[in-house]
Amino acid sequence: MSERRFILITGRTMKQGRSIHLGKEAKEFLDEISTLQMNPKDIEALKLQDGGQVQLKTPHGSTVVKLKKGDIPEGLVFIAYGGFINALVGPDTQGTGMPNTKGIEVEVERYG
Amino acid sequence: MAESVAAKGLTVVEGVTCPFCGVTCDDLEVHVVDGKIKEVKNACVLGKDTFLHHLEGWATPRIRGKPATVDECIDAAAEILAKAKYPLIYGLDSTELNAQRKAIELADLIGANIDHTSSVCHAPSLQAVQTVGISSCTVGEVKNRADLIIFWGCNPAEAHPRHPSRYSVTAKGLFTPKGKKDRMVINVDVRPTPTTRMADAFIQIKPNSDYEVFSALRAMLKGHELDQAEVGGVAIDEWKTLLDKMKSSKFGILYWGMGLTMSRGKYLNIVALLTLTQELNRFTKFLAAPMRGHGNVVGMAQVLTWQTGYPFAVNMSRGYPRFNPGEYSVADLLAHGEVDAALIIAGDAIGNFPAKMAEHLMSIPMIAVDPKESETTKVATVVIPTAQAGIAAGGMAYRMDHIPLVMKKVVDSPYPSDHEVLERIFAKVSAMKNGGNGAPASAGRVRG
Repeated sequence: MSERRFILITGRTMKQGRSIHLGKEAKEFLDEISTLQMNPKDIEALKLQDGGQVQLKTPHGSTVVKLKKGDIPEGLVFIAYGGFINALVGPDTQGTGMPNTKGIEVEVERYG
Repeated sequence: MAESVAAKGLTVVEGVTCPFCGVTCDDLEVHVVDGKIKEVKNACVLGKDTFLHHLEGWATPRIRGKPATVDECIDAAAEILAKAKYPLIYGLDSTELNAQRKAIELADLIGANIDHTSSVCHAPSLQAVQTVGISSCTVGEVKNRADLIIFWGCNPAEAHPRHPSRYSVTAKGLFTPKGKKDRMVINVDVRPTPTTRMADAFIQIKPNSDYEVFSALRAMLKGHELDQAEVGGVAIDEWKTLLDKMKSSKFGILYWGMGLTMSRGKYLNIVALLTLTQELNRFTKFLAAPMRGHGNVVGMAQVLTWQTGYPFAVNMSRGYPRFNPGEYSVADLLAHGEVDAALIIAGDAIGNFPAKMAEHLMSIPMIAVDPKESETTKVATVVIPTAQAGIAAGGMAYRMDHIPLVMKKVVDSPYPSDHEVLERIFAKVSAMKNGGNGAPASAGRVRG
């Protein structure tokens, strides 16, 4: 199996909070917001590579990010807030004003 | 122009308030040498970087990508806003109170929708507080009295690094003289985070199950036995243990974050949380508070509520304020392609919005007022750089527990403050709307 559904959690990280002050074009900032963390067992099950690239897809769009093993529960993936997730989030707020930015279902597959 | 703070040699500024996060630590010591920040004491790494790198990535004044003077940019901005039929004013949480107040006055003048970054952050918390109220307290009360701290769907170790040491985990207070030893810290989240390492216990719940969990806790608090073996992926017995700890604490507080506001349930998650913490007061003193993000994010909701009666998503098109999240909130206004011009102040809308919202913003005349370049300034029609509030411009900010603090100006900037830019735009638009006579022509009842 080369593709599987995960729940995507977005959030702040210390690296993202620090590097944002270097500017949004800074390599440190872009590296942090384009790195997806996944449980090592999920990486193995999907035959993906730690450090390789993966594509994330939702009905709203797709994005390509770097994969890194992390202390994340199986079935979940995590990425720091930033421009790379914008394509995945839909504009519907169910009348609340808040788009679904955490707990989104995404498809993950090897890229390249 | 604001008073200059330039001085030769070393100047040590004490009691500086950090503008980065909602903890707004007000004990920083900033060392300025020949007008440049060289050292910051007492701040966390996020705060230090805020000051030490404040000159990196500065924005430049330009109109349609071409260099211009600030004066020309202000004229161009006023022209766009005076012509707009249904404009949006957005951002505002990373600036100070006077700028926020002026932005509201401008919204009133041009009949704009006004919203701020809370709209895609803790706005569901604001809606929940409006719905059921909140029993809350200042961080000082937590430091001095709290013996049970619950961090639910938040990660202060990475987002609010000094909150634990100043107030909630290791801080020593009047009735908590031993600091951490006098407190129990529990972390509830969908994944372990650095906050988990400072907690005495961690409960890992399934994503999007918070509403169900709070409802189950409320039922058990009222003495009901539940049929299920588990709720939110966690055994009922574990929830009973948590409930016992909550009931037997002397002074408990539940801090929540965007793990609740951004996931399924939105404000209803917070309604359930607040109701639970209120009901716990039948047994003990129990409170709740949101972990707020940007430096003066609470200030904008405070000022907007004081001025219009509503904390976010306010529409002034009829000359009086109307409130309707889902209609006048920034995400919905942009997703529906409704606004025809935008003024974005101290916030990176393009960098943080879902793609469809950003698309509309890029298709209309947009003014970006910001100290730094961002995804928004890159595509804005007019870019007006400003002196960063809390570093190069003074003012006031509200801490996350609604305590107002003075933000100091520690260095000079070649650019005007957000407040000054908004004041000058307001004067220009006012003059245009009044046929060039210059007298203010406020459309509604908002006090400026």
